[in-house]
Amino acid sequence: MSSAQPGLEIEDAGLLTTVQDTGRWGYQHYGVSVSGAMDMAAHRRANRLVGNPPEAATLEITLVGPTLRFETAMRVAVAGAVFELRLDANEVSTETVLHAHPGQRLAFGRRTAGARAYLAAAGGFTVAPVLGSRSTHLRSGMGGLEGLALRAGDRLTAGPALGVPRREPAAARWRRCLPLGGARVRVLPGPHAGLFEPVVLRRLETARYTIRPESDRMGYRLDGPPIPGPEGLSLLSLGLPVGAVQILPSGGVIVAMADRQTAGGYPRVATVATADISVLGQLAPGDWIEFERCDQRTAREALTGSGLA
Amino acid sequence: MTGVAPWEWELSRDGDSALLLAFESRLDPGVNARCVAVAEKLRGQRIRGVRDVVEAFATVTVHFDPVLADVDEISTMLRRLAAETAAPADRGDGRARREIRLPVCYGGARGPDLADVARFARCSEAEVVERHRSVPYRVYMLGFQPGFAYMGAVDPRIAAPRRTVPRVHVPAGSVGIAARQTGVYPVVSPGGWQLIGQTPVRLFDMARPDPFLLSAGDVVRFDPIDEASYARVETGRS
Repeated sequence: MSSAQPGLEIEDAGLLTTVQDTGRWGYQHYGVSVSGAMDMAAHRRANRLVGNPPEAATLEITLVGPTLRFETAMRVAVAGAVFELRLDANEVSTETVLHAHPGQRLAFGRRTAGARAYLAAAGGFTVAPVLGSRSTHLRSGMGGLEGLALRAGDRLTAGPALGVPRREPAAARWRRCLPLGGARVRVLPGPHAGLFEPVVLRRLETARYTIRPESDRMGYRLDGPPIPGPEGLSLLSLGLPVGAVQILPSGGVIVAMADRQTAGGYPRVATVATADISVLGQLAPGDWIEFERCDQRTAREALTGSGLA
Repeated sequence: MTGVAPWEWELSRDGDSALLLAFESRLDPGVNARCVAVAEKLRGQRIRGVRDVVEAFATVTVHFDPVLADVDEISTMLRRLAAETAAPADRGDGRARREIRLPVCYGGARGPDLADVARFARCSEAEVVERHRSVPYRVYMLGFQPGFAYMGAVDPRIAAPRRTVPRVHVPAGSVGIAARQTGVYPVVSPGGWQLIGQTPVRLFDMARPDPFLLSAGDVVRFDPIDEASYARVETGRS
């Protein structure tokens, strides 16, 4: 039985490799963070390439990739950030289906674009779901493989492959879409935009910000012109969506990302449009961000072709 | 209830994947009760694309999948529920809340900040404990980590502010005070609240059919126990 189950071993885990899916929804009112893939479009693409449904768990690979050894024959695909890939001695590429034989190694080399890649295996990775999701939330130690980032020696299995692999004719297009060194993202007005001076809001829309080193899956701390909030403002905590642009008392800016807390008490001037959250997921510390105001209609239209539908 | 009427509310978009229903922005059991009531009713509906309904102190945030959801459908439902719960005849939640009693071993190694809180309150440690245990607390919302309940209101006399330097390691079950709020850390984590005791009861336990002990709207009372009882509860649990 067990020998028939597709599986692989992590020989080198890379910088930060975690199991992720579409997120742990439905429990935020109990304080459970959503987590899930930072670039949901790439996660979905990797799954589609191997014939999985979007909810199937993939490996999120961050900045420095892993080396994996296949214990059985497996159909896999890597989407998102572009890495130089080798399947044993053969150069292979991202955004395409790979057929690995037992004993073969997939080694991630130099990264040439983007920040996060997603490795899907036909059948999906089968770590035990926690509250309906396999996503790893490192801070609460939930999901994934015992709530942890993957380490050398870890073994992962995949479920039975059911779906039919899909061709991804636009692979080249996705590679071109990856941000190089920074990105302009569309934002909608946040729930507290009205509490800020218009001149301050202009500043957010005209300045260039840089992602600070301590940024992580929880949020991006930005360097750039401070956004002074109203004096003596004290807000009651409220639900926190992904992409919320929060202003600290110091005027500092934090963008809420996948592992955000379920609620926050900092005022929020803007919220990044869903279509551009995946773009943020492909940015790394040191990359720049510019905010461009848009309306609900533009945000809605941007969903078409975002890879999220 | 404070009898303030009418109950105003405002519905707005929060980005393109959330709707925000905001009641009067103040820390008030009646305001919060309306949030809890709306959130519970909305969770009972099966609306396409709705992923999460999160009640907070004075707001309800509805998270949805912008590809699948019909925003107008959710807005209409939210307006209806907000108007319903704003009716003068509806007192608070409209149903009895659960009361949960949590045994707490106060002071010593289990409550390392009890002495500091006593200094803040200019009273004995015993009086801090008495003032903390003698009132029922409302669970306003959960957040920060799985099962962490923000409860209030703490007696103003013992409402010590957060520690200036947060602890890196707060043990699970630690009972803390932060100004007028009190809470229990469900799992080991960093934290800045003043720790006055510890409960052997697990607030979050994946092994239970219902992993979360508390929900927004619940009422919590703390019962002082000694070290021996603490050990008994802890042993009995496993």
